[in-house]
Amino acid sequence: MKRRTNHVVAYVLLFLVGLAITFPFIWMVFACFKTNAEILGSTALLPSSWSFSAFKNGWKGVGQITFATYFVNTFVMVLPTVALTVLSCSFVAFGFARFRFPGKKLFFALMISTLMLPNSVIIIPRYLIFNKMGILNTYWPFYLPALFGCFPFFIFMIVQFLRGIPRELDEAAYIDGCTAIGLYGRILVPLIKPALFSAGLFQFMWTWNDFFDSLIYISTVKKFPLSLGLRASMDTASQVQWDKLMAMSLVSILPLMILFFFAQKYFVEGISTTGIKG
Amino acid sequence: MIAQTGSGPHKKKLKPKDFRGLLIISPWIIGFLFLQLYPFLASLYYSFTRYNILGKPEFTGLSNYVRLFTIDPDFKKSIIVTLKYAAISVPAKLLFALIIALILNMKLRGINLFRTIYYIPSILGGSVAVSALWKLLFMSDGIINKMLVQVHLPPVNWLGSPGWAMVTICLLQVWQFGSSMVLFLAALKQIPQDLYEAAAIDGAGRLKCFFTITLPMITSIVFFNLIMQSINALQNFTSAFVITNGGPLKSTYLIGMKLYTEGFSNFKMGYASAISWVLFGIILVFTLMIFKSSDAWVYYEDGGDF
Repeated sequence: MKRRTNHVVAYVLLFLVGLAITFPFIWMVFACFKTNAEILGSTALLPSSWSFSAFKNGWKGVGQITFATYFVNTFVMVLPTVALTVLSCSFVAFGFARFRFPGKKLFFALMISTLMLPNSVIIIPRYLIFNKMGILNTYWPFYLPALFGCFPFFIFMIVQFLRGIPRELDEAAYIDGCTAIGLYGRILVPLIKPALFSAGLFQFMWTWNDFFDSLIYISTVKKFPLSLGLRASMDTASQVQWDKLMAMSLVSILPLMILFFFAQKYFVEGISTTGIKG
Repeated sequence: MIAQTGSGPHKKKLKPKDFRGLLIISPWIIGFLFLQLYPFLASLYYSFTRYNILGKPEFTGLSNYVRLFTIDPDFKKSIIVTLKYAAISVPAKLLFALIIALILNMKLRGINLFRTIYYIPSILGGSVAVSALWKLLFMSDGIINKMLVQVHLPPVNWLGSPGWAMVTICLLQVWQFGSSMVLFLAALKQIPQDLYEAAAIDGAGRLKCFFTITLPMITSIVFFNLIMQSINALQNFTSAFVITNGGPLKSTYLIGMKLYTEGFSNFKMGYASAISWVLFGIILVFTLMIFKSSDAWVYYEDGGDF
């Protein structure tokens, strides 16, 4: 009997916490269908009349550039970054997990120590390097670190995953005449798919949400990703048009939401196995 | 470099095959050297120079640091604000995550649904979209205040008063407790059940079980979380920039914002580098303090083989 009351209390608590957590989103969704005056004036959750004009007008963005551009830009920025990250990090992890080579311990220790290297301490020279290379205001500042495996979290995660796969497989593959690349591409990659998927999802989320790096590297409105586009629509008008801003905010987080609901298993497994930050 | 490390511990003749691994990790070596190690050292060097982006760095010794700590009033303020932000938001977030994880660990039905819902803010919380939403919710005539008034509480000047503005951006951080919670939950699931059974036979109560079994068994995860979350919190930028723009009266002017202003609005690269190294120093001290203290409170089942 006592156990049952305990459970009831727990459920009530969980429900209340759940409500507090989702309330901002619920309110946001309904706000998109209200007028600006109604958002600021009324306490009612539901809009007095449903209108899609916030979406229609918000989509037009500021000046000549619409949110369609911001969306395309975000995908152009995010997708290659994710693909390159998964490719380079898994390949490097393969090297660390499956080969003996001179200096391996040192390299591995260095790689792990970069886990604690804060972005803020390298951002200025990176900016200057990219400036010298003439690739500011392009998405290369995002692609390059991805191409060269500058994400120790993912390397570490995939190394851990590879350690769980028996080495007998490698030996069998080599006996059958497989090369190292073949072993990686044809045998190991299919086996470590869940880890690759987790890494890809986290990188997708981080790059999609990124604001600081975009703010620094991207300067023309034509190349703005969503985060900068949203920020611009908060800036330009002296009075923020909250209906439009909320509508576009909702639209901009929708892809992440959808991805999360379909792939939440990989998110949860990703953080449980490596302690990656969410 | 290669030959040097190669002739180290084992004196065997190295065959070309031994370098295959090195070749495979070479993309990372390039990235490490040019995008991590070089920038790390370069920013240290720049921090001792006056470096307008158009000119060349000009060595000025410690003057950037002297200026930061003696002349620049904003900087001291931003250090205090940042420390306050980390000291409030990180423990609050972890405590909340732990409490919820303990409840979710009670073997209730429908846990997965709750876990999913609680995790959503961790996915979206860092985005500009959510910061904009936060600003709208906590405005002086926003919905939070309207609800307070409806239950006959006085409205709060969330964004307009220095104390409450800090609370508002800390709340946004605490709201994203989901990822820490998932980690705690995983750790709780690993605690062997027979420990609790043995304790029950010895007549230990629930509170006693919590403090003598549960808490010691998850300290390593608490430790890990504390370090990672502190590093993140000390570098926060987006929420302060979008929600409060550092105000009012610089009460939420985090070091991240100061760094951005000096480096990328004023383009004082040397000065901004000095700021980044002070921030790095703070992160280092924080991490070392947590590490040092960990001997006293972190329990490793395998004896702490690090």
